[in-house]
Amino acid sequence: MSHPALGKTYPAFEYEVGREKIREYSYAIGATNPVHFDPEAARAEGFRNVVAPPMFAVVYSAGSVGPGVLDPELGINLALMLHGSQELVWSEPVCAGDTITTETTFKDHREEDGRTYFVFESVSKNQDGQETVRGTWTNIVRGG
Amino acid sequence: MKEGDQIPEFRVTPDKYLPHRYAGASGDFNPIHIDPEFATQVGLPRNILHGLYSMAQVALANAAVAGGDPRKLKRLSVQFRGMGLPETEMVVTGTVKEVRDGRVVIDTVAEQDGNRIIRNAEAEVEV
Repeated sequence: MSHPALGKTYPAFEYEVGREKIREYSYAIGATNPVHFDPEAARAEGFRNVVAPPMFAVVYSAGSVGPGVLDPELGINLALMLHGSQELVWSEPVCAGDTITTETTFKDHREEDGRTYFVFESVSKNQDGQETVRGTWTNIVRGG
Repeated sequence: MKEGDQIPEFRVTPDKYLPHRYAGASGDFNPIHIDPEFATQVGLPRNILHGLYSMAQVALANAAVAGGDPRKLKRLSVQFRGMGLPETEMVVTGTVKEVRDGRVVIDTVAEQDGNRIIRNAEAEVEV
């Protein structure tokens, strides 16, 4: 039985990538490559400015995925929800000064072993229209 | 690298305040990550690591195969299982599953005290 909201898309979310945010995030996860901290080092490696670690994708796309997870029409019981799995496919690197726009779709819904799976797909593009990341976010609700 | 090769083992011990720094950096202030009292009230042993922090460690371990160049990690998919804990060493290990078209596909696991907190992780890295 298909969920009535399957295929629903959420408004595009715009995120401006700041240099200090990249530094803060890189420091928090323990990324030590100078390309994340030092504009000179980043330029020497061919980047426009300090470059975000790949996993920073979850920071700039969260503002688009969140409204889907919280959408009352989907009826996800947040108290019983787990982030079950995550896939990210990267294309263009993201640098300080970029503006990233992300759109999210409610992609899949299925029930297995007493659990309900809510799957979202996010697609993020930079200011030049180049794709930076495509994310598949699988949330599992225990007991339906 | 060839099929069956191990990637260099990656070890990290997130300190007591790591979840607070990650919360600030990521914007995820869910109290199960930053409030030990709240965490125990909802049945957890203590405040737990953000799953996406642990995934970031798996990403670093795999990008290291390509000299830590952030452009070389092309894909990463993971399953979150169990709970990651601060002040406990995390060990990320990986085995090359396939080599094709200038990319390696690496099966990866992250564990703490033998408890797999990320499993069935698969990374694709340009080499």
